Amino acid sequence: MKLRRFLFGDSARAFGTLSIVLLALLAVVPAKDYFREWRGYQKRYVRLVRGRSDATSLTRRFQPGLQQVWLPELGVVDRCTTCHSALKEASLAGVKTQPFRPHPPIPHSLTEFGCVLCHRGQGGATTVEEAHHSTESWEDPILPARYLEASCGQCHLERLTGTPLLNQGRETLAQYGCARCHVIKMPDGVAMAGTDDPPSLEHIGEKTSREWIGAWLKNPQAYASLATMPNFQLADEDIRDISAFLIAQSTPYLTGATSEPAPAGAPDEAAQQQGASLYGESFCASCHATQNAAGTLVGGTLGPELTRVGSKVKTAWLAEWLRNPKTYDPDTRMPHYRLDAKRTGLLIGFLGSKTDSDFVGTRHFDPATQAQIENGQKLVNERGCAACHEINGIKRPSDFAPELTVVGSRPLAKILFVPGVPRTLPDYIGAKIRQPRSFGNALKMPQYTLAPQQVDGLVTALLAQTERARTMPAALRIPARRPSNYPAAGQAGQLMADMGCFSCHRINGRGGDMAPDLTWEGTAVARPWLVNFLKNPNTLRPALIRRMPKFNVTDTEANTLADYIMAVYQTPDFDRDAIDSARFTSADMEHGKELFYGKYACQSCHIVDPDKDKGYIGPTLTQVGARLNAAWIFHWLKNAESLRPGTIEPVWNMGDEDARAVTAFLMAQKNVPRKETAKK
Amino acid sequence: MIRTWRPWMIPVLAIASACARRPAGPPEPQPKGFGAAVVLVSGEKQVGGVGAQLEQPVVVQVNDAKGAAVAAALVRFTGAGSVGFQPDRGLTGSDGQFTTNVSLGSVAGQYQIVASTTDSSGKRAEVRIEEIALGYQELLGQQLNQVHCIRCHDPESTPERVSNHDNLTAKAHAFTDGAVLNPMSDASLVAMISHGGAALNKSAEMPPYGNRLTKVEIDALTAFIRAVADPPYRPQGVFDASN
Repeated sequence: MKLRRFLFGDSARAFGTLSIVLLALLAVVPAKDYFREWRGYQKRYVRLVRGRSDATSLTRRFQPGLQQVWLPELGVVDRCTTCHSALKEASLAGVKTQPFRPHPPIPHSLTEFGCVLCHRGQGGATTVEEAHHSTESWEDPILPARYLEASCGQCHLERLTGTPLLNQGRETLAQYGCARCHVIKMPDGVAMAGTDDPPSLEHIGEKTSREWIGAWLKNPQAYASLATMPNFQLADEDIRDISAFLIAQSTPYLTGATSEPAPAGAPDEAAQQQGASLYGESFCASCHATQNAAGTLVGGTLGPELTRVGSKVKTAWLAEWLRNPKTYDPDTRMPHYRLDAKRTGLLIGFLGSKTDSDFVGTRHFDPATQAQIENGQKLVNERGCAACHEINGIKRPSDFAPELTVVGSRPLAKILFVPGVPRTLPDYIGAKIRQPRSFGNALKMPQYTLAPQQVDGLVTALLAQTERARTMPAALRIPARRPSNYPAAGQAGQLMADMGCFSCHRINGRGGDMAPDLTWEGTAVARPWLVNFLKNPNTLRPALIRRMPKFNVTDTEANTLADYIMAVYQTPDFDRDAIDSARFTSADMEHGKELFYGKYACQSCHIVDPDKDKGYIGPTLTQVGARLNAAWIFHWLKNAESLRPGTIEPVWNMGDEDARAVTAFLMAQKNVPRKETAKK
Repeated sequence: MIRTWRPWMIPVLAIASACARRPAGPPEPQPKGFGAAVVLVSGEKQVGGVGAQLEQPVVVQVNDAKGAAVAAALVRFTGAGSVGFQPDRGLTGSDGQFTTNVSLGSVAGQYQIVASTTDSSGKRAEVRIEEIALGYQELLGQQLNQVHCIRCHDPESTPERVSNHDNLTAKAHAFTDGAVLNPMSDASLVAMISHGGAALNKSAEMPPYGNRLTKVEIDALTAFIRAVADPPYRPQGVFDASN
């Protein structure tokens, strides 16, 4: 009672008390503001800077209070720099504590791009918790560093040198058939296409047995460890029925009889040896891998692994395939080798002996019943086999799997997490790729065999598929270099398709990257050399293990190709006949030789004198004068990159005089007999 | 969540943590073997992107005092920063080895991870393993190295890439060769890459790349060379202000 009288005894006391209470209440707001988290960080930053020798300039650049980066056209408001005060202070590179580390060097200005564009998180937040982590109202946490390249992919649709994981992920999406079931539109609206080559199954019965199909469906990677075909985790009865249907729907592909009968019986040892050397000479290993005795895969990945091919294909099919693969599959990347019957027989003997009795094992199917075939057809429809393979009577499904165009922005609230998967988008996507069926046994997504790095790449590529990437102004996107569908014309074009030139060589933006770009080949080479090379490709680059195979072309075919290449594949930048090598003097050549071995040390990578030079990277130059044109060499020495983008030849930027002298020296290298033509 | 620190929280937290039970994690594996030493088998000095899982797993082996492998001994992995292990502890197999996958932290630099085991008396034995995390700049340098430099500067050949190192008269320095490359300043590395050996009175076998690579790319290569240096590169004149 005393206290009450003391505080509210008369009106003056009551007024005084209430005033004090009101004042105290009003003081809460400035006090709360004073104790804000970011003020604490700014005070710590000032203390951190104070003791340094460059304190004056650091303090001058430090701006207290809330900082903000506003990028209206991207809808970005970043307040990260409020606490991350030292992002641009390179002199603080030794500081290890956050939030005071300077930003590592990147090709973008922090002011123009802000922070959340790359790192995600809540840019507008002013507390550590809300800015970095998922809270109830905000659920876009910071993107873990391992997936940061995803952010580059929002604008950069092209291959960037600095984003290997993103590039690999996008390649995997195209290579493993992801884009055949899922619609994945790149931010510019162009749907990603598959770059794999899933075979048509319309004539599968001609190629292989039902038992092999069964073993393959059970575990494709047991047949070929790098096979991109996923495991559909099918029950044995389902495998029985699917294989029954696939054989039942298969139609013959040859209208007439085969041109030659398949050789019967196992080849003798001599024929085996000859077959093996023919396999080597034909450079089959440039595209196809086989396991060696140690179990390591040796060879290219453009075509399927052949370690167990003898357990797979029927001899009659193999004979026709080796004779001309285009009859079975007109779009195959396999070249038409023009082998004669004897050599076809040798290869059949060699490949036919590459068997693995464990793979098909004792698997045996009784003749299929109608009910099994019908069930097989139902399963093939359900599993979406036709999304990749052509199958008689089955339409390619559309909208088979969920669209992934904006999967990188999928709200967590719309995701069903399973126990053991952390509640973040990257973890969800990773888990879904690693073990799709852990999200439910009824899911259609099959089990892929992927290395951890491949999964990281896929997660990165998918995280780049954000809503922001789709809706940002088109001017901010850096477009991808889309593959062209340039066709070579006329008879030569038909020959090039037949020999599969584009499987390895790129011309005018179309084709593979295993072999040199031939866009300006007509300017580069001399016609007699080209004709000779087409008929008998010899070793130009000793360090390469992928080689141009011998296609056994006729003189007419070689001439047709050479005519076309010489007429069409010419650079518009200079005249190929501009430099007449007959006018080079021996003094030019001597000077060129000095420059070659001295100033430019070309022998580090190239061989001119096989007895002395050891360079092993670039093409051998012993006969370069017969191979290349003087004008091409001259311009190559100035700027090779402009003639063949991506070449590893340094840009020498040689002066006219030097370039002319080195050209003179190289053009003189014509008649040196090759010592190592048989070198493999 | 705790947004601001208040002094009264100290006793409250102390009591709370004393009363709380240990969080239910995976049960600690019970060792049946005890070793006196833990040695590295493979997986050291790997280079990976920040935060990424290293390509090869790290394998260590527990040995007894005589150097024989010990099976079912407990191995623990620890590392500074946000280094992650999968799994971070476990028992050695019948060959005495334990394998883990390592994910590097989110900051570029050299990481030291520690694998440890205890003998039957509880005495701790450990091995320190170094790994390298690359940031964007160093990663770009690594990619450029793969295209332009590695054929001469890496003496090791792989089935896909024959080394040209032994064909050169002046032997190119491996980028890991910190003893030679660390004393060179950034400026002289950049000059060497841009202008080539001949311009700097060194071997002309090193070509100039100033017209092939951009300034940004050459800086990236320099950063990569610094990142993989062994012994580690420590720039002069930079002091750590964090302490």
